[in-house]
Amino acid sequence: MMDPVFLAEAALNGLLLAGVLALLALGLNLIFGVLDIVWIAYVDLVTVCMYAVYFLVTAYGWPLWMAGLGAVGVGVALGVAVHLLIISPILGSPPVNQLLATGGLLFFIQSFLTFLWTTDHRAIRLNLPIIQIGGVFVPFARLLAFSIALIAMSGLYLFLTRTYMGTAIRAVSQDREAMRLMGADPQRVYVVTSAAGGAMAGVAAALLIIQYPVHPYFGAAFGPLTFMICVLGGLGNMVGAFVASFILSEIISFGGVAISTEMGYVVAFMVFIVLMFARPGGLLTRRE
Amino acid sequence: MTLPKALAALVLLLIAAAPFMPIGGTRQYVLHVLVQIFIWSFIAGAWSLMGRFGLVSLGHGAFLGVGAYTATLLWNAFGLTPWLGSIGAVTGAMAVALVVGYPCYLLRVVGHYFALVTLAVGEVVRLLIIAGRTWTGGSLGLTLRPAPPGASLVAVQFADRRVFYYAAIVVWLGGLYLWRRLDRSMARSALEAIGEDETAAASMGIDVTKFKLGVTALSAGLTALGGVLYAQYITYVSPETLSGIGVSLRIVFAAVLGGMYTLLGPTVGTALTIALSEYLRVTFGIRLIGMAETIYGLALILFIIFLPAGLYGGISARVRRRAAAGRPAFPRPSTQESVE
Amino acid sequence: MSMLQLRNITAGYGQFTALWDVTLRVAAGEMVAIVGPNGAGKTTVMRVISGLVVPRAGDLTFDGRPLAGRPAHEIVARGIAHVPEGRRIFPALTAVENLKMGAFLPSARRLFRESLARVYALFPALAERRHQRAGSLSGGEQQMLAIGRALMSRPRLILLDEPSMGLAPVVVLRLFDLIQRVRREGYTILIVEQNVRQVLRLADRAYLLEAGRLKMEGRSDDLSEQEFVRKAYVGL
Repeated sequence: MMDPVFLAEAALNGLLLAGVLALLALGLNLIFGVLDIVWIAYVDLVTVCMYAVYFLVTAYGWPLWMAGLGAVGVGVALGVAVHLLIISPILGSPPVNQLLATGGLLFFIQSFLTFLWTTDHRAIRLNLPIIQIGGVFVPFARLLAFSIALIAMSGLYLFLTRTYMGTAIRAVSQDREAMRLMGADPQRVYVVTSAAGGAMAGVAAALLIIQYPVHPYFGAAFGPLTFMICVLGGLGNMVGAFVASFILSEIISFGGVAISTEMGYVVAFMVFIVLMFARPGGLLTRRE
Repeated sequence: MTLPKALAALVLLLIAAAPFMPIGGTRQYVLHVLVQIFIWSFIAGAWSLMGRFGLVSLGHGAFLGVGAYTATLLWNAFGLTPWLGSIGAVTGAMAVALVVGYPCYLLRVVGHYFALVTLAVGEVVRLLIIAGRTWTGGSLGLTLRPAPPGASLVAVQFADRRVFYYAAIVVWLGGLYLWRRLDRSMARSALEAIGEDETAAASMGIDVTKFKLGVTALSAGLTALGGVLYAQYITYVSPETLSGIGVSLRIVFAAVLGGMYTLLGPTVGTALTIALSEYLRVTFGIRLIGMAETIYGLALILFIIFLPAGLYGGISARVRRRAAAGRPAFPRPSTQESVE
Repeated sequence: MSMLQLRNITAGYGQFTALWDVTLRVAAGEMVAIVGPNGAGKTTVMRVISGLVVPRAGDLTFDGRPLAGRPAHEIVARGIAHVPEGRRIFPALTAVENLKMGAFLPSARRLFRESLARVYALFPALAERRHQRAGSLSGGEQQMLAIGRALMSRPRLILLDEPSMGLAPVVVLRLFDLIQRVRREGYTILIVEQNVRQVLRLADRAYLLEAGRLKMEGRSDDLSEQEFVRKAYVGL
């Protein structure tokens, strides 16, 4: 029989991880929904942003919050660059080509980071306390990351519902051509979407680097998981992304405690596959 | 004998004679690269069996992994000869393919969603290999138990590379044969209808689900066989070289870059990507770690952007068009055009 | 002078040519109908005007300025709103969000409140259901929404492509009333319709399109008098 405190800790850790994952999935989801392209290298952009935070803090002495904002800037720039340089020229190509182009980007980013900074693990050491809530220990960094993730998601939500451009982004994901008839320049919508996706990658990077060390293959650990949450959540569905992210990260967290980390992931991925069969349009999709 | 046939015969002859060519000290290395090209061409060809019908799998690493590990573990643990082990390997991979494929096709999980489901399958296999470290050696990998003296045929381990070279060619030719058989088993239009429009295919009296399942099982089985062959050749298996997204993506790259709608497309694509990565590896060696792969990634992006129809596919379509323009004979319908 | 003028337009998709040498004009304040059988190329005419299809030959002017080859989003900004075939509303957005997208152009955003009030006055049902998901509206309401959305861009010319498609006969009658009201507001309208009898009653002039070519043109009442038009399309 397992210690209940131990289980509570696992549950809480799962929840806290879910926040950051949901944020990432939403960023990817935006691009997936609007451009109908899976950026296989999306999480590797996060890795690049994590390096940005790391070096801004350690080499340039920026305070963490400023480095975080810097990472958002880097993310936006990367998002726009990926769209303009890679996606835009092949918008008319078959989906497999688009997928592969960002797959090439994945190889490129991982190896270029290795080339620049070797495969060393780099961490930002913060003197953040570990908080005790009713016998359960929670690192403050995780709590902070979770809260900021929620704030960033709310920001994204407001952008998507309250602004013309945000609403247009949702509209394009439902009917690309009709949105052209509303007077929206598709390329502009795509660029803004990619920038927003990049911004989410930047925020997520800042939140991840205070919890995990970064290395060139960091994306490999989170990549597949992010895609799965993105799909399970359903297009443009904030709550869906969070629920999907919560389910998968709880499975991983408990699986990790009960068996092993790998088996946690295995079970999570299997649940994903089964859920894809059961609810192909996303967990919370309303049937039209 | 027509000109293309004569050319093909000549190329085959050259391939067969390659191990005996006087190329000095680099012979072993050249052979090594060629063996890899043939094995991976076979695998990329197996992938394209599915890919050409719009079934873009990002999880072929799963079949490779299941295949290679099944045969290896059977040999290492029970001394079962890979000749029999590979039957288990192929069966295992086919079973995985059917278990995942059936609900996918039944419930119409298509496009990106299919790609992501297969990606998950690949990850599940990779993680299971790592998690089963007691038997599999985890992420460190596993070396094949060396053949007892005089039993190299039973163990399918040969000191002489040339054996694997010819074995790889035989398997590769077998793959081409199957590809062609499938290509000709039905009217071309019916084949393509499946990729483009399921309803249309169904209305032509094709049992789409059954057909897709068949293609998937065949593709998975062949991929597993390729995995076994590769493991026997390298005498070492590891989750990163056989499963995982990296390997799966490389297979897809080779097939798409070469052109997955043509018989030799996957071979051309594989030869190109392997030659490129070998060239870069030799050029940069261990001096600039990461540089070779950096350029490789960049090259792949550029290829995809500038050669959307695939290298071989694009060129052969162009040649055919020119040939068709030159003489008034009936031009062969270009398979390439139908995908545009 | 004509507001919209198509001269010898040829257009199509890939290898297929859908329109051959079509010449057509719409004067300011007019309501012009394009009728013809399925596959005659009526929708293609609309798509050429709104920039979704680039013509292969011929020219196209709006207020005397060339339109052909301009991207769709620029054409909207010139004052042409296209209500596409099948309505194409954004089903997961609410009704009011759909209308907001109609006012996506910067020039239209400034007038959003006022335009919204006008659309609600024209279509009170939309005001009632403004916070409902557009996909959950009835077919007739969705068509109103599609027209209202087009009005939000403050156009001078409205292209209506098969507005009655898929609607019950009673709803169609009401829809034509509404179109008549829109017209009285001073909008110029180019309409494609299967419901030939209805639309000829409303329109000033009409063009008959068959197999991608103009077969006939003239005043609506003259056209509906033509023996074979009556037999083939009006069903009298």
